[in-house]
Amino acid sequence: MSETTPDAVPAAAPKPQAIEAPADRTRRLRVGGVMLVFALIGLGLAVFTKGGKATFQLVSGDLQNNLLGIPAQFTALVLGILGVIAAGAYLLRRVPQSYSGYLAALLGICFIGAFLCWAAAGKTFPLANQFQGTLNFATPLILGALAGVMCERAGVINIAIEGQFLVGAFTAALVSSTTNSSAAALIAAAASGVVMAWLLAVFSIKYLVNQVVLGVVLVVFATGITGFLFDQFMQPQAEKLNTPEVLSAVKIPGLADIPFIGPILFNQTILVYLTYIAVAVVTFVLFQTRWGLRIRAVGEHPKAADTVGIKVKRIRYSAVLAAGVLAGLGGAFFTVGYAGSFSKEMTAGNGFIALAALIMGRWHPIGAMVAALFFGFATQLQSQLQIIQTPIPGELLLMAPYLATIIAVAGLVGRVRAPKADGEPYVTE
Amino acid sequence: MSTETEVAPAPAPAKEPRGSGLPNWAVQGLVSLSAIVLALLVGAILIIVGDDQVQATVKYFGAAPMDTVSAALSAVGEAYKALAVGAFGSWTAISESLTQATPLICGGLAVSLAFRTGLFNIGAQGQLIMGAILAAYVGFAWHLPPVLHLIVAIVAGLIGGALWGGVVGLLKARTGAHEVIVTIMLNYVAIYLLAWLLTTSTFRRPGRTDPISPIVDANAQYPQIGGTRLHIGFFLALLAAVFVWWLLNRSTIGFELRAVGANADASRTAGMSVGRAYVIAMVVAGALAGLAGTQQVLGTDLPLTDGVAASVGFDAITVALLGRGTPLGTVLAGLLFGALNAGGLQMQLVTQTPLTLTTVLQAVIVLFVAAPALVRSIFRFLPKERGAGAVLAKGWNG
Repeated sequence: MSETTPDAVPAAAPKPQAIEAPADRTRRLRVGGVMLVFALIGLGLAVFTKGGKATFQLVSGDLQNNLLGIPAQFTALVLGILGVIAAGAYLLRRVPQSYSGYLAALLGICFIGAFLCWAAAGKTFPLANQFQGTLNFATPLILGALAGVMCERAGVINIAIEGQFLVGAFTAALVSSTTNSSAAALIAAAASGVVMAWLLAVFSIKYLVNQVVLGVVLVVFATGITGFLFDQFMQPQAEKLNTPEVLSAVKIPGLADIPFIGPILFNQTILVYLTYIAVAVVTFVLFQTRWGLRIRAVGEHPKAADTVGIKVKRIRYSAVLAAGVLAGLGGAFFTVGYAGSFSKEMTAGNGFIALAALIMGRWHPIGAMVAALFFGFATQLQSQLQIIQTPIPGELLLMAPYLATIIAVAGLVGRVRAPKADGEPYVTE
Repeated sequence: MSTETEVAPAPAPAKEPRGSGLPNWAVQGLVSLSAIVLALLVGAILIIVGDDQVQATVKYFGAAPMDTVSAALSAVGEAYKALAVGAFGSWTAISESLTQATPLICGGLAVSLAFRTGLFNIGAQGQLIMGAILAAYVGFAWHLPPVLHLIVAIVAGLIGGALWGGVVGLLKARTGAHEVIVTIMLNYVAIYLLAWLLTTSTFRRPGRTDPISPIVDANAQYPQIGGTRLHIGFFLALLAAVFVWWLLNRSTIGFELRAVGANADASRTAGMSVGRAYVIAMVVAGALAGLAGTQQVLGTDLPLTDGVAASVGFDAITVALLGRGTPLGTVLAGLLFGALNAGGLQMQLVTQTPLTLTTVLQAVIVLFVAAPALVRSIFRFLPKERGAGAVLAKGWNG
């Protein structure tokens, strides 16, 4: 976890043993303590690793070739010790503050690695499937979190991502079934996301409704309206209205031939490629364009923005509506990107995980993507571990994203700071 | 305490609002009623669009437009009649409405109380589940004499909810972690915890493979009233509302809670412990949601299942919003939504209008209530509230 906000000016070169403020010291000890606990759990797992060799399957569905066999306990021990060193280095201030993010990342990788060695010892772990599934679960989360980033950077809290997902999923299924066109389905899903976003925008920006209230109500509304339309129209004529065509994977020539990561990253549906593009575009727009600067300005200090002539409400509308496109596409993933049919409340809380990813990612597109990938990883790991029969209950793994988010907002791992005017309606005096 | 009137946000008609002779509570009531009317209109549109008869007649709309109109009117009339009959038509219907309202009232109070302290408790769902888990465990695993068993089970439920809520208050007080985020996350933690527990031998009913616990002992069940599904948990819910009213309006702690809710900075300056207020509010709110959990598992469901909370914890938020954070308002809103749920079932049975219509109605009602400016722009005759608008508007950092 990086300590600096990515858009901040790089800190001056840190002096080796600079004097530490008491608050920083408390935080270092607290964060370091948490890191050490994780490192020791990793090491503990290594000690209890039994079963000789852990085999990792590198190509999906191929059980004969492309297997990677490693000595489970040895590798786990190496990773565990490396993790402890990383935690210790942070705790004892052996590396400059600006590198602490890398230490945390190293610890995370070591922990997950040790865990996988422990789980896969004596078994075959489908590593390719793990990453493939991670990307699948993460795609809508990334799109939803990006939508949240756009809204909240402009100062409008969006906890209605779940509702936008549902409506997008429903619309995509309906349009794909009736027109047999994937392009039309995606466009319609994006449009429906914009409609939901418009509701969010009008009620929060024009009618000054509390945005948390509004988010909750919009989720209930989306649940109700998609449920009603599903019960009344879609379900009775399911073969006509609820048979969307699942998007087919498009191989990118050249890139898809890279061993291991090629088939995972570059043999995907158009929606996944759109997600890659969306991450880049949102990052670029927010931090390199005039519109992005204005979005951030109205999210941090609307009055100052107004004073220099920025139309606060107009910028907020534009950001929220643009976010609707992303959330609608994220919703489309559930039906035309994955399941192949709509069912009631099928997004099952993913909109709230996207919200969590946005917060874990500190309101930054790249951070949100990393957090979404982590959440996707945990979700996929849960089903993989069930298949190879590990004693860990899957439900406890499913809790991981939520617990991680609580730990993050409680400031145990770095500080999370929202845009300053996030959630505050702007009223011209 | 002369500051009492300054922080009491609700009915303090010291000065009459400009432009109308009505006190604030009456204006709020009118806005709520208007919102309900508008929501019923939105629902009517959905019913008309979804009606077969209307779809058949609309094909020759040009030739005989009155056919479509009468088909539409009769579709709406029949659906809403079924809704009303299902909600109030008979003693059974009324008892079913009250049964549905019971956990909504308690859950709504959990949200309302936190609301008045300036906290947004989205976590009633999780607190309710934790309450239900503990209450159910005491209910089926322990065997105690009558009365005592019920009381112990209820207390266990209160503790479960209070702990789950207290964590939120503590994190907010100690680290500033925003309660909306923490409560949303804890909801899902509770959902998965329940799912996991129901796979363990402690909770899984012997001989079953689906996630269901043993039935709670008869001694631990809320006594039912007159052979209906209504149980005395309903009266407990009313008592809880009275307690919350007393706590908020007649106790020193409640004064602190409201003061913190009205202005945390000013309260801190005045020497109150804001953190303490957050913890107390969330513990009590959690306990109230836990009580709703006991009503579900000891009153209506009896075994613990993964669907024990249904969507009560989320509906509770809409109930509290409609009730504007006051105990009386919450009770009335809970009764309304309970009636809508019970009536919705009947409507689905009689006119095949999906039950999900009631979800739409509830969302639209609250949406309009939350945006009084919009309601006023539709119903021009409504007077303006004093201090209306973004009363509760507050960001992540607030």
